[in-house]
Amino acid sequence: MKNRYLIISLVTLIIFSFALSACAPADPEPPVVEDVEEVEEVADPAECENYVLVPKNLGNPYFDTGNVGAQEAAGELGITVLYQGSATADASEQITLLNSLIAQQVCGLAISANDEDALVPTGQAAMEAGIAVVTWDSAIAPAGRDLHINQAELEGIGRVQIEMASRLAGPDGGEIAILSATSTAPNQNAWIEVMEQVLTEPEYANLELVEIVYGDDDDTKSYNEAQALFTKYPDLKVIIAPTTVGIAASARAVTDADLIGQVFVTGLGTPNQMREYVKNGSAPEFALWNPADLAYLSVYAMHALATGEIQASAGETFTAGRLGEYTVEDDPDLGLNVLLGAPFVYDADNIDDFDW
Amino acid sequence: MTVETINKNQQENIISDRQARKSFFSIFLKWEWLLFVLILLVIFINTRLSPFFLNAINLSRTSSDFMEIGLMMLPMVLIIVTGNIDLSVASNMGMSASLMGLMHNMGINIWLAALAGLTLGTLGGVLNGYLVAYVKLPSLVVTLGTFAFFRGIAFGFLGDQAARNYPSQFTFIGQGRVFDTLIPFSVVLFIALALIFGLVLHRTIIGRQLYAIGNNEPAAKYSGVPVEKIKFILFIVSGFISALAGLVLAARFGSTRPDNGTGLELAVITAAVLGGLDINGGKGSMYGATLALVLIGLLRFGMGLLNIQSQVQSMVIGLLLIVSILVPHIGQQIRFLKQVKFRWQSILMTVGLLVVFTAFFIFFFWSRAPIIAQF
Repeated sequence: MKNRYLIISLVTLIIFSFALSACAPADPEPPVVEDVEEVEEVADPAECENYVLVPKNLGNPYFDTGNVGAQEAAGELGITVLYQGSATADASEQITLLNSLIAQQVCGLAISANDEDALVPTGQAAMEAGIAVVTWDSAIAPAGRDLHINQAELEGIGRVQIEMASRLAGPDGGEIAILSATSTAPNQNAWIEVMEQVLTEPEYANLELVEIVYGDDDDTKSYNEAQALFTKYPDLKVIIAPTTVGIAASARAVTDADLIGQVFVTGLGTPNQMREYVKNGSAPEFALWNPADLAYLSVYAMHALATGEIQASAGETFTAGRLGEYTVEDDPDLGLNVLLGAPFVYDADNIDDFDW
Repeated sequence: MTVETINKNQQENIISDRQARKSFFSIFLKWEWLLFVLILLVIFINTRLSPFFLNAINLSRTSSDFMEIGLMMLPMVLIIVTGNIDLSVASNMGMSASLMGLMHNMGINIWLAALAGLTLGTLGGVLNGYLVAYVKLPSLVVTLGTFAFFRGIAFGFLGDQAARNYPSQFTFIGQGRVFDTLIPFSVVLFIALALIFGLVLHRTIIGRQLYAIGNNEPAAKYSGVPVEKIKFILFIVSGFISALAGLVLAARFGSTRPDNGTGLELAVITAAVLGGLDINGGKGSMYGATLALVLIGLLRFGMGLLNIQSQVQSMVIGLLLIVSILVPHIGQQIRFLKQVKFRWQSILMTVGLLVVFTAFFIFFFWSRAPIIAQF
C-alpha cells in the first residue's frame, strides 16, 4: 500500500522535473553545445555578439519602449540584444538575474539599476569577468560600472521648456506661469532656476513669468492651482508644468474650462498620459527624453566598450548610428557618462509612435 | 505519586506519541529522498543544457544569493513545526540593517552598529514572541502587523537615504570567501547554523516538544511542555537570526536601503513548505527544508542561465510548491481507493493535476519559444 503510494509520487515528480528543466531536450541540445564553444572561443572581443538590456522590471511600458530602440541598434550592429529583467523592481532579484547573466559570459550589460549602491559589487564582478557594463535610465554608483548613459541634463531640460513656451505663446509673447511639484522638490527647483536664467536672454524678453505655483504632485491640487492661475491672470498664455502630474492636471483644467487655444500647457509629461491633450490642442507639445533613443545609445556604447573601440575614459568619442557622435564625459557626481542630448519633444505628429 | 513521576509519565506520553507517528514520519523521510532525486535531476539536466552550470565560480556566486533566505528559514522551520508562522522576518531584517546603516552614517563603529542592529532585531522578536506566547494572539495576525510595523521603522531610520561605504572587514560577511577557497563565508555561516538548528530539532527534548506543540498544543501543554516559554524563545531566536540575515544582506550589497529584502518572507516560507513542512505544524524536518532551499536555488540559477523570464521562474517554483502538497494528498487518496474501492474526489484530483501539468507545459514552451528559436 505504502509502496504503491511512493512509486506513484516518485513517477509523478520525475515526470514533473523533466518537464521542468527540459521541455524539448531533443531540439535545442546539440546547437547549445556548439553555441557555447563559439562563446568560449571569443578571445577577440570584436566578435562579441551577445548583449543584454536589463530594465528595472519586466512589463513596464517605459522600458519596453527602450527595448524597441535597443533592438533597432542591435539590428544595425549585427549583434543579439536580449531583453531580460526581474519580475519586480527589486535589487536582490536583479542581482540574482545579473549573476546568471555574468555566468553566461555575455559581452555586455546595459542595466537600469534598482539600487544605486547594492548593485556595485555585482557590477564589479561583471567587469572583472570582462563584461562591458553600462547603466541607463538609473545609474549604478561609478565604482560598479564603466559608463552611465545620462538621459537628462539640467540645462537642456530647463531650456527646452522655455523654447516650447515661446513657440506656443507666439511671436508677441505674453504672460507665462509655472506649475511645479512641491516647493522643495530638488529636480523641479533646479529646472525652474535654469528656466528663469533662460528667460533673461533677449530672445525671450517678450515672455513674462507672472507666478510660480505648487501643485504638490497631487492631481486635485494641481488642477485647482491651474484653474486659479487663469482666473487670476486672464491674459495668461502658457502654463509650464515641469512635472508629469502637474502637466496632465493643467491640461485637463484648460480643457474643462474651455480655454483651448487661449491658454496652452507644456512641460514634462509622458505620451500615454498626454495623448488626449496633445490631440485636443490644450497641450500641443511637451518634452521628455525618449527611452527608445536612450536604450539605442546604451547598446551602441556597450558595443563600443566590448569591442575595445572605447576604454571608458573621459574624452573618448564613438558614433551611435542615427544619433551621431558622442563623447565620454567625466562628472564629479555621475562619474563617467555619456549625455543623450536635448530632450525629445512630443507633438501631434509623433505622439502616436509611442506607447508608454 | 510525586510531581516528578507525573512529569516522567508525561514525558513518556509524548514519547509514545512520537512512536505512534513513527510510521508516518518515515514517509516524510522519503519526501526528502524525493527532493534529493529532484536536485540530482535538476543538476543533470541543467548540466546538459548549459555549460555554465557546473562552474565553481558561478555556483559560488549564486549560492550567496540564497543565504539570507536560508538563514531566516532555520528558525522559521522550528516555528512552523509548532504550527505558528513568522511573517515579519524580512521586515525585521530591513529594520535591523537600517538601524545599523543609520549608525554607520552617523560615524559610529560598524561593529557597534551591527551589534545594535542585532539587538533591535532580537527586541523585535521579543515583541512578536510576547504577543504570541503570553497575550495568546494568533501568530499570523501578530506578525502580519509587525511585518508592516518593522518595515515602517526601517523607513523611519533611513527614509530615502542609503548607507554605504561599509569597511571591507564588514562586507566580508556577505562577499568574502573562506580561506581563499570559492566557498562564500555566508554559506559556511548558514551550514554551521543549520547544523545547530537541525540538532536542536531532531536530537533534543526541546525538538520533540516542538513537534508535540505542533501536533496538539493543549495536549502538549497538559503534558508539561512549557508551551509559552518555548514559543517566546522561538520568536526571539527568529528575530535575532533575521537581524543577522540583514547584516549578511547589507554586507553582500555593500549598502543598506530601508526596502532591502522586501518580500523575502514568502521565499523563506516557500522553501520551508517545499521541504515537507506541514503549515499546520507537527510534521517536517530540517533536512527537507535545507534540500528544498538547494533545489530552489539550483532551479532558479539553471532557469536564469537559460534566460527564462523571471515571472515564469516564479511560476515554476509556485507550481512545484503546489505539486509538493498535492502529491502526498493524492497518495492518500489512492490509499483510500484501495480500501473504499472508488472515490470521485480522487478522479477530480487527478484531473486537476493534469490541468496543472498542461498549463505548465504550455507556459514553459511559450516562455522558451524565443530562446529555442535563437538556436
